[in-house]
Amino acid sequence: MAEIVLKNVTKSFGSLEVIKGANLRIESGEFMVFVGPSGCGKSTMLRLISGLESITSGELTFDGSLMNNVVPSKRGIAMVFQSYALYPHMKVFDNMAFGMKLAKAGADEVKNRVEEAARLLQIDHLLDRLPKQLSGGQRQRVAIGRAIVRDPRVFLFDEPLSNLDAALRVATRIEIAKLHRNMDDVTMIYVTHDQVEAMTLADRICVLRDGIVEQVGTPSELYDFPNSIFVAGFIGSPKMNFLSAGFAEPFGCATIGIRSEHIEIANSDAEWSGEVVHAEDLGSDTYMFVEIGSDEPLVVRCAGKHRVPWGERIGLKPLSGQLHRFDGAGRPVR
Amino acid sequence: MNRSAADWVRLSAFYALVAIIIVVSIFPFYYAILTSLKSGTAIFRVDYIPVDFSFKNYATVMTGRNFIRSVVNSVLVAGTTVLFALFLAVTASYALSRVRFRGRALLLVTILGVSMFPQIAVLAGLFELVRFLGIYNTPWAMVLSYTIFTLPFTVWVLTTFMRDLPIEIEEAAIIDGATPWVIITKVFMPLLWPALVTTGLLAFIGAWNEFLFALTFTISETQRTVPVAIALLSGASEQEIPWGPIMAASVIVTIPLVVLVLIFQRKIVAGLTAGGVKG
Amino acid sequence: MANRNNSRPIGRELDLEAQRRRAAFLFLAPMIIALFCVAAWPLLRTIYFSFTNTSLTDLYGGEWIGFDNYLRRRELSSGRVVWRGTLADPAWWNAVWNTVRFSVISVFFETVLGLIVALVLNAEFKGRGWVRAAILIPWAIPTIVSAKMWAWMLNDQFGIINDIFIKLGLIERGIAWTASIDTAMTAVLVVDIWKTTPFMALLCLAGLQMIPRDIYEAARIDGVHPVKVFWKITLPLVRPALMVAVIFRMLDALRIFDLIYVLTPNSKATKTMSVISRENLIDFDKFAYGSAQSTLLFAIIAVFVSLYIWLGRVNLSGEGNR
Ligand SMILES: Nc1ncnc2c1ncn2[C@@H]1O[C@H](COP(=O)(O)OP(=O)(O)O)[C@@H](O)[C@H]1O
Ligand SMILES: [Mg+2]
Repeated sequence: MAEIVLKNVTKSFGSLEVIKGANLRIESGEFMVFVGPSGCGKSTMLRLISGLESITSGELTFDGSLMNNVVPSKRGIAMVFQSYALYPHMKVFDNMAFGMKLAKAGADEVKNRVEEAARLLQIDHLLDRLPKQLSGGQRQRVAIGRAIVRDPRVFLFDEPLSNLDAALRVATRIEIAKLHRNMDDVTMIYVTHDQVEAMTLADRICVLRDGIVEQVGTPSELYDFPNSIFVAGFIGSPKMNFLSAGFAEPFGCATIGIRSEHIEIANSDAEWSGEVVHAEDLGSDTYMFVEIGSDEPLVVRCAGKHRVPWGERIGLKPLSGQLHRFDGAGRPVR
Repeated sequence: MNRSAADWVRLSAFYALVAIIIVVSIFPFYYAILTSLKSGTAIFRVDYIPVDFSFKNYATVMTGRNFIRSVVNSVLVAGTTVLFALFLAVTASYALSRVRFRGRALLLVTILGVSMFPQIAVLAGLFELVRFLGIYNTPWAMVLSYTIFTLPFTVWVLTTFMRDLPIEIEEAAIIDGATPWVIITKVFMPLLWPALVTTGLLAFIGAWNEFLFALTFTISETQRTVPVAIALLSGASEQEIPWGPIMAASVIVTIPLVVLVLIFQRKIVAGLTAGGVKG
Repeated sequence: MANRNNSRPIGRELDLEAQRRRAAFLFLAPMIIALFCVAAWPLLRTIYFSFTNTSLTDLYGGEWIGFDNYLRRRELSSGRVVWRGTLADPAWWNAVWNTVRFSVISVFFETVLGLIVALVLNAEFKGRGWVRAAILIPWAIPTIVSAKMWAWMLNDQFGIINDIFIKLGLIERGIAWTASIDTAMTAVLVVDIWKTTPFMALLCLAGLQMIPRDIYEAARIDGVHPVKVFWKITLPLVRPALMVAVIFRMLDALRIFDLIYVLTPNSKATKTMSVISRENLIDFDKFAYGSAQSTLLFAIIAVFVSLYIWLGRVNLSGEGNR
């Protein structure tokens, strides 16, 4: 329901420029994920959109209307924080109702909306509890519920899963994906440093690096056609293999990149060969680490269980058409 | 000396030190209680353990010479001062701890500077002000003058407490549409009430104990606060200091403080160290 | 909802930060006004009075006399030159000396003893809570009450201190601790140290408790001698907290009034700057002269604070550790 556009947006803290001219269009109803290493400015971008930080220069519009100087509560946004940020002294009901009460909504309407949101998140039995009587996962649900009650046109998440343990993280991730499907007219922006979360949740991903938008695209676009070595290395797990110098020369570029699943074991016409120095058996797949004389061992994914020839020399070959070539500046050569 | 013997010596030395600390700390007050329970000439005999249990001195204090009036004055003055200071300090410390603005650090240092003012330096000017306002020899003179140390202290301590509240809770409130005033009253105050109690108590103790202003701005016995009343408690002649009643009065005004301090021990220690200010 | 803010030029509406700044200003104003009324204005008036010949009975009848209250040169008819004013007044210099002596000695002992008590409280032992409760008692007792309690204990004829000392054979006859010129300062020091050491101990304890325990454990495993641990680890780590505590105590000590006024009234050996200023201001009807003395005390403390902040770069505002 809101198309968000950033035009040459910058943000400085004193003399430190943290966002260096961001241009970005987020479609109405889209699930956009900001991803990047810690300290790259993801939270700052989100806070600029929320209005918690003021924009140093540039323009921010929601559906064409300028938002630069609109206070957060008037932007029609809701935000879910990493630390949940529940009001510790208020019961769950009051936590969720606080915003509506401040907006002077009628008691019945408040009650209906809170209970509806609580039912949706299956926390209706917790409404009389204090935050300290809840588990981490329940607290995060309450925080999401509080955001839903605000009936926002833009939903902002800042690393909402970071404080949860691994199992709960996956469950809540699914919950959020479901929420997005249910509220398909609400634009959602989600910040994470975890590229798996980004890949699984996003309609589109925005990769940030040192305050610069590095690439924007759907998960598969970023995976298949990374716009730089940085994106290629950041997206995908395990990390893409990079080979430079002597290994790249035959391909006519400065660096080549190849994902672990795009290498096959080939005893004839092998491109590279080396000794297997390590292997990780994940059950469904096996990752083999092969020392071919590059900076780091090459990681090769083999489907299924594999008899690992420890210490053995094997030959390797890239799948045709799956090689990424980069020039000296880290840009792709196509 | 074998190892366990050395340990034993060290341990006894440690507990001896502990014993000394305890005895030195509480003996004077113990002795004041002991003295206050003596009557007649028993007071001139040195005893280490209580032998007399007479409440005559207490009766003398409570019935005579405006002492109860002084206690009421003290409660009134200290209570009003603290409420006034807390009211101003809560909003001010929100601004000082949560809002970025130019000159904030300077303002904080200035406030700290005021709390380190030698009170004598404002005495002449305050004397004039008190006279000018027509509140000389009334409790209001004390309420006004005590602001000079209660206000900076409460602002300072509450600022350090508020600074420690998580920023995200405030941001959640901002997004919910809370104005700064709503954030203070509906979100921060409920979270800070332990700090408010502590700070208020410390300020109360400070106001309760103040002497210089109370001595200077009152003239009649009915307007005195407790410290002045005790300091000026005198007998029939200069030579006859009424030690018994003085000790009884001292015990009366100290017991409530000691009880409060012991109840709020932990909180007070936290408040004192957060303030880092005076005792 | 969408076009609520359509086509507004940048800067017309207050953004969040500007709104908060405006609220902050409104919140700070009452406090600033209050502090101006009770601190800045009276201080300025005191300084003004110190340049006049105002008297207590006629506050508005004073005339400007320049620096005469501080220092004035007068030629007698005999041709002899005499200096008048506070700065030529031996009683004032005696008070300065008393104040400095009192402050340095009391703060020194309070720091050392406070550190010792804090080290004891920092150790794990049964009954630690009781010790902490016990040391809070001297702090909780009003200064005037402490003064009276100790005045009684230090009484020359019936005091328990003399009784103890005589029983221990340390002295033969009771000493008039508070009245005698030789011992009055000692008496004041003892009472002040007794009353204030707990405060120092609590501040030191807070500093000690911020030292991570594993540092001590590492030192113990390395077999470092406890005394060496104290000098090489504990002391350097608590020093910042200690320095702040010392400076606060020092400022407090420099302005001491109540204890001395009550414990040793009118004793030349203990009269401090605050005591002598008030005496002149109120008791002796030398209002302007007393104002000059209190202005001097303020100046001394101000210089001391500025020097300390400037030299020591003490971070008093606590801003740095955010
Ligand atoms: N209020 C602030 N003042 C100064 N620097 C800040 C502030 N907030 C963030 N920064 C800096 O901006 C950079 C980006 O921070 P942030 O957006 O939080 O990164 P992340 O991508 O990890 O969320 C960091 O280097 C951080 O130190
Ligand atoms: Mg972040």
